[in-house]
Amino acid sequence: MSVSEPLLRVEDLRVEFPTEDGVVHAVDGITYQVHRGRTLGIVGESGSGKTVSSLTTLGLTRRQGARISGRILFDGKDLVTLPEDELRTIRGNEIAMIFQDPLSSLHPLYKVGRQLTEAVRAHRDVSKAQARERAVELLGLVGIPDPARRVDAYPHEFSGGQRQRAMIAMALANEPKLLIADEPTTALDVTVQAQILALMERLQRELEMAIVIITHDLGVVAEMADDIAVMYAGRIVETASAARLFAAPEHPYTWGLLKSIPRLDAPRDVDLVPIPGTPPSLISPPSGCHFHPRCPYVQPDHTRIDPALEPLADEPSHYAACLLESDVRKRLWGELGAGKTPEEALVEVGLPAPGAPA
Amino acid sequence: MSSAGGAGPLVRVRDLVKHFPITRGIIIQRKIGAVRAVDGVSFELERGETLGLVGETGCGKSTTAKLIMRLLEATAGEIDFEGTDITRVKGARLKAFRREVQLIFQDPHSSLNPRKTIGSIIAEPFAIHGLLPDKDERRAEVRRLMETVGLNPEHYNRYPHEFSGGQRQRIGVARALALNPKLLIADEPVSALDVSIQAQVLNLLRDLQRRLGLTIVFIAHDLSVVRHMCDRVAVMYLGKIVEIGPNEALYDFPRHPYTGALLAAVPVADPSLHGQERRLLSGDVPSPANPPSGCRFHTRCPKAQALCSTQEPQLEDKGSAGEGQPGTLVACHYPLTREEIAQIGVRSAR
Repeated sequence: MSVSEPLLRVEDLRVEFPTEDGVVHAVDGITYQVHRGRTLGIVGESGSGKTVSSLTTLGLTRRQGARISGRILFDGKDLVTLPEDELRTIRGNEIAMIFQDPLSSLHPLYKVGRQLTEAVRAHRDVSKAQARERAVELLGLVGIPDPARRVDAYPHEFSGGQRQRAMIAMALANEPKLLIADEPTTALDVTVQAQILALMERLQRELEMAIVIITHDLGVVAEMADDIAVMYAGRIVETASAARLFAAPEHPYTWGLLKSIPRLDAPRDVDLVPIPGTPPSLISPPSGCHFHPRCPYVQPDHTRIDPALEPLADEPSHYAACLLESDVRKRLWGELGAGKTPEEALVEVGLPAPGAPA
Repeated sequence: MSSAGGAGPLVRVRDLVKHFPITRGIIIQRKIGAVRAVDGVSFELERGETLGLVGETGCGKSTTAKLIMRLLEATAGEIDFEGTDITRVKGARLKAFRREVQLIFQDPHSSLNPRKTIGSIIAEPFAIHGLLPDKDERRAEVRRLMETVGLNPEHYNRYPHEFSGGQRQRIGVARALALNPKLLIADEPVSALDVSIQAQVLNLLRDLQRRLGLTIVFIAHDLSVVRHMCDRVAVMYLGKIVEIGPNEALYDFPRHPYTGALLAAVPVADPSLHGQERRLLSGDVPSPANPPSGCRFHTRCPKAQALCSTQEPQLEDKGSAGEGQPGTLVACHYPLTREEIAQIGVRSAR
């Protein structure tokens, strides 16, 4: 672990949206940090709060009437309390974001070059000609062929992968210190996805950027991230280094995610173990551990007690929010790894099977 | 277990072509070219097997499926379905054919009518084809279908919005199974679903495959999902099949450089592989309106030679078979070797 100050430190962040049906607890007290030149992967399903937390980092949930508490420390400044005009000098400049859908993030009626020069001129006092030069340079940097000509093309003249490259070019226009990538490759084919991920890694090395990559794809985080945070129902339920999280995960939800994807490098006839049920409501989340209605290992008091995210005794940089004892979890994961079903694993470690779900 | 109709493949596709005209002018339209979405595709579909169709966006996989369902008219070629060329059938025979092939849609949110109850959505195929006119019988059949796909039959009178994404996809599957079709087409059936829900639907499909002996054409861009679900796989590039063969052979020893590139590009949930040497494809897929000469992949192929740009390779056996196993058919002049597969970092090779 690096001893230097993290570039971004999020502390006990909560984001709530008041709605007609009640308050949506989109982000429910999360803490994480990212250092320069490092990549944090945030994994979770839709509705887990992963996107809201990063939009909040850029101050983009303020106007939607979100109630925000906690701190987002970026380079010594607290972005939660920073006035809008100061935030605007950071957004798109020191912190940039790329979104999932490149077609809806580019203006269809403006040439790509104009949108790029706008990004440059928003934060730098340069002439139009200089900005255009920079736009051509950026398009070349992200691997668009013949950038001097393509700078005058409209977004529809670009392929899906090229549009995502143009988005990345725009995000990189001012050499941000932090890049937030929200499902950057979800809409793309695998071959293009591999190119885009390789491009992000190359640019990270060259510019020493920190990256937060948000995705539901465990393969993508395994390729990209140094550290991983797994989110469920607005909270981080487990966080560790990427190597550790994939080798020795300790949260039943993480196990569920890992066991529910078919893998190219595993035998073909391995059965998938789906997570039963569906993600919970964020208006009235379940009592106790939020995951308990879907957890195959739930014990009676788990419906009452809300687990805290705590470091493991044998690896203090690995945190999990689970009420089972750590050595029980290790044995359960061992049994799952040996191909046992969750029910069989419970029997092996001598835990009572859960009764009728509450 | 092979169902009625007996011997021979269920579907035989021969030299299937679909060109979409590109026109200019509003009143007097002149044809100035054609998008060659499907450009000479041949394969057979055995009874009870699942065939995966994979390839990048625009490779023609969905168009091929629509042609098989007769949702599009083929420009040329034949689709032989149990002895009948369905590209030519009309009227009552076409309607009878429609009963035999059913589709599972990608998006369970837009493919279910929000104003209809689940019961009437699943019963709709009966109404269309005038089957089970007796109300009680129809209801009993719908309940049986709901049970088959793991839905609670008591939810018969509920509306789609009361169900989660995974359950909605089950409703779509129940509707597709209603007429007991001979062929099921699943076009990206799980790509709109969350990871944990995906596994529920994949397990359901695999279970139905085994229990009902369904014949399925499974279209997906996720190569891990295709490997999990399919018996055979066809890889398409720019309207052509470049490689087709048994699942194990194709994933263990892909012969076409394009198949190899696809398999090298799949991210694998194992950080220890990170940093492993991989060769990635550069550039984009050329326009299907103006495909490259010779082998269509030669503009992006790391192994391309002079011959590749002039002579189009045919689908043939290039000896990828292991001991006693059938291999793949590949359309390539210079197929990959074992050494090259290791070099490009194919994630599924042993």
